[in-house]
Amino acid sequence: MNLFVFTNFFAQTGKDLKNLGDYAEAASTKWGLAEPGVYYEGGLFFAGLIKWLLSTTEVSSALPFAGTVNGLMTSLAADGSIFPELGGLLITIGVVFGFVNVFAIGAVWSERKVSAHMQCRLGPMEVGPHGLLQTVADGLKLLTKEDIIPRLADKPLFAIAPAVVFAGVLMRFVPLPFGDKLIASDLDLGLFFIAAVGAVEVLGVIMAGWASNNKWSLFATIRTATQMVSYEIPIGIAFVTVILCSGSFSLMEIVNQQGGSLLSADDGYTYQGWVWHWNLFRNPFMPILGIVYFIASLAECKRAPFDLPEAESELVSGFHTEYSGMRFALFFLAEYAAMYLVAAVAVVIFLGGWWSGIYPLDALGTGPDATIYTKTLGLLVKVGVFLSKAFALVFVQMWIRWTLPRIRLDQMMYVCWKVLLPISLLCFVGSCLWELVSGGASVFGFGIVVE
Amino acid sequence: MLLNMGPQHPSTHGVFRVVVRTDGELVLESESHIGYLHRCFEKCAEGNNYLQVVPYTDRMDYLCAMMNNWGYAAAVEDLAGIEVPERAEYIRVIVAELNRVASHLLAFGTYGLDIGAITPFLYAFRDRERILKIFEKLCGQRLNYSYVRVGGVTFDMTDEILADIEAFCDYFDPKILDEYDNLLSYNGIFISRTSNVGVIPAELAVSYGVTGPSLRGSGVQRDLRRDAPYGIYDRLEFDVPVGSGEMGQLGDCWDRYMVRMREMRQSIRLVRQAVKDIPEGPFCDKKAYRAVKPKAGEVYKRVEGARGEVGFYVVSDGTNIPYRVKARAPSFCNISILDKLTSLSNVMLADLVAIIGSLDIVLGEVDR
Amino acid sequence: MARLEIGQIIAVIKEKLPEAVVEEILDGVDPFVVVKAEQWGETAQLCRDDSRLGFDLLSCISGVDYPEREEGPEIEVIYHLDSTVNHHGITIKVKLPRSDPRVASVEEIWRTADWHERETYDLVGVIFEGHHNLVRILCAEDWVGHPLRKDYEPPDSFHGIKNVIY
Repeated sequence: MNLFVFTNFFAQTGKDLKNLGDYAEAASTKWGLAEPGVYYEGGLFFAGLIKWLLSTTEVSSALPFAGTVNGLMTSLAADGSIFPELGGLLITIGVVFGFVNVFAIGAVWSERKVSAHMQCRLGPMEVGPHGLLQTVADGLKLLTKEDIIPRLADKPLFAIAPAVVFAGVLMRFVPLPFGDKLIASDLDLGLFFIAAVGAVEVLGVIMAGWASNNKWSLFATIRTATQMVSYEIPIGIAFVTVILCSGSFSLMEIVNQQGGSLLSADDGYTYQGWVWHWNLFRNPFMPILGIVYFIASLAECKRAPFDLPEAESELVSGFHTEYSGMRFALFFLAEYAAMYLVAAVAVVIFLGGWWSGIYPLDALGTGPDATIYTKTLGLLVKVGVFLSKAFALVFVQMWIRWTLPRIRLDQMMYVCWKVLLPISLLCFVGSCLWELVSGGASVFGFGIVVE
Repeated sequence: MLLNMGPQHPSTHGVFRVVVRTDGELVLESESHIGYLHRCFEKCAEGNNYLQVVPYTDRMDYLCAMMNNWGYAAAVEDLAGIEVPERAEYIRVIVAELNRVASHLLAFGTYGLDIGAITPFLYAFRDRERILKIFEKLCGQRLNYSYVRVGGVTFDMTDEILADIEAFCDYFDPKILDEYDNLLSYNGIFISRTSNVGVIPAELAVSYGVTGPSLRGSGVQRDLRRDAPYGIYDRLEFDVPVGSGEMGQLGDCWDRYMVRMREMRQSIRLVRQAVKDIPEGPFCDKKAYRAVKPKAGEVYKRVEGARGEVGFYVVSDGTNIPYRVKARAPSFCNISILDKLTSLSNVMLADLVAIIGSLDIVLGEVDR
Repeated sequence: MARLEIGQIIAVIKEKLPEAVVEEILDGVDPFVVVKAEQWGETAQLCRDDSRLGFDLLSCISGVDYPEREEGPEIEVIYHLDSTVNHHGITIKVKLPRSDPRVASVEEIWRTADWHERETYDLVGVIFEGHHNLVRILCAEDWVGHPLRKDYEPPDSFHGIKNVIY
């Protein structure tokens, strides 16, 4: 389990871009992290920085425990082995957290714009060009708002619930790639991890609803628990089917299979990756399963028409009725992060990940004659393709939200247990048989065989 | 669990409170509480002269103020024996029907909101805005018009405004109305949310005094414009749409909703006829415009408002101040059936919202 | 069924309940009949159930206070009945002594009377006997007095909220 693929990515880039590599080498040599001439990882900049801070800072002896703290810092600085990992970790966290925040800001803005244009309005226009900075302004407003905790609320639970919800979503970004090699951690059990950690979010929502001591919040909590637990099942079956076909839990591996020989011939992919190698077309049941997954994922991230947990016309505002200020913003952030997450997972498991499905485009930057420029371009294309696919799905989520009314609780359960579950089970069995009979050939007759 | 829905709740359409006893999501029984907006219009009316009462009637059902004005004005005219000029009668029909469209548009939009569809609301407001613009041009007001007054109307309708109205009719019917049907009426989720929900049998509806589109949704053919014509309605052609149980049982939420959608077409039809036939002449009785002093007596006058029958019982003691004005507010009677509906069948919390929305109440009128 | 004139309607009532109608005023703007308070319950039942009358819709209940009547202070309760089948209507009045206005409740006959009677009780102070829940509906539960009585004096303040007169 390589926890620092991100680090490796930066390191590789650094090696290619000579200056960066030199600088990394110089910096880490200066701080004694490694011997001169050794290959350095990109996270070393940060590691070196921290080490330097630790070794030079001294706590004033007037303070209590000054000796202990200084001793600890010195010994930490002396232990060179932990720093590369620490640096990589910090970069990873920074990139993921930064991405989630920037995405949420952009998504809130685009949701307002999308809804506005669907409703014969203009949406935000005042702050910045076309209201681009409106969400930033709103975020600042939320930051400065009073943090109200109801008198009869369960204060500790109430306070940590938004963090739990947000952490639950953020954790699911760990095994999620953003492009080729751009992944926080390519867990062997990536898909399983995403499905399992989803439960943390439910826990947070239940905590929020219960701690609010508000009947409407409680209603929303029960609805959320019901809904998310139910819809985990079709999603789980969709995951299992994909895993069964791909033979791997790893998201990187699943995507690579859909790209074929593009990655490297050494990995055993003998075919060129085209659109029909995407999992969506792998067998006749996959398109159906893809739709089932998408519907269930709407319910999973509480989007219309499954927005029962926060049904504003029935439950006032659902489980976050009593929240204000930054705690409310965290819920909001988590919701938008979850939107991206389910869309990105759909892209990974069905829509070919970062592969555009056009072989020459995907082949950019591979092969023996690739230069640093084509490699960089290829990487950018892959990131762009992945994000565009995910954003397109997010747009569909928004589109659906501003078009459809909300369904009722019993209808929601009906859709899950009597429609989606049987269909997904059928698709599962069908996919099993297809794999058995066809030996891994896709609908279009092109084999996906890993030797 | 005892749940207090309101007085501040997004889907009670105002300050209306329902105490519901629930078992999970199921509503076992409910108890409505009203009066949060009570300002005793009837007491106010006893302190003002006949003409000064008109603005109070605006503020009862502020979404179709024209009909309230008309109901009160017609009652006083009957009491004092005032003849209304022909042109004024035509103008009254035009503005009342346009106001009915505006009111139904709002009902359509907010009903979408109650069910969870936000977009229809803004579509409805886009078109309602056009009507309000016409009214603004006509009388300077967008909500509380006080336009229909005892003896006629306040301002004459110019040719320019008539052209605006015709343009609106051409714009609105049938293109826009079909758009609404595409957007919401025949949406699968919408139908599944509203059909077979809140079924009001015809007999029950009449017994509870439900009137207007909510009564016609139960299949009862009753429309005062046709059954007891006032103004010039007897000269105009229109149909009275009633619910037919297309999507479920007769008298469910969908039927009530659909009656409103179909009534809008009829209203536009009426407006077109009235605009075509409008005669020249005075637009008000100048004498009644200044002061009204009816003989002692009493009258009960009803008109068909957007929510049902708006009735005014006016008692005169021979002075220029009414002895007693009693208003029959349609929403007041319509919403009284809510408690019965929740006890009749098992409704869920979301259905309760759908039922309240389908009855289309205005709390300013319920509480007066 | 057919639409009946006001005279025919009164004839039908008189046929069944000869004692009930005590007064008919047919020359005003709106004709009305006055029914004996004791017999109002039976009359109401008749009005709804007789197929010739078919008054299935109780349009409105109004209470009017007449403290200076020659016959003595009175409160009138006015019922406006309507038929959705026969398309005719009638106005029925019940005159009650102002000191003790009591009349039979008709909420069992027309369900809509429930709220209308509560409103009339709230604002005019008529007691409807047999009503299952005769409490104030528009005014606050602990409001004092009946605002539409002619001798009603508005309170200076209510729960510390001052009554501002402009």
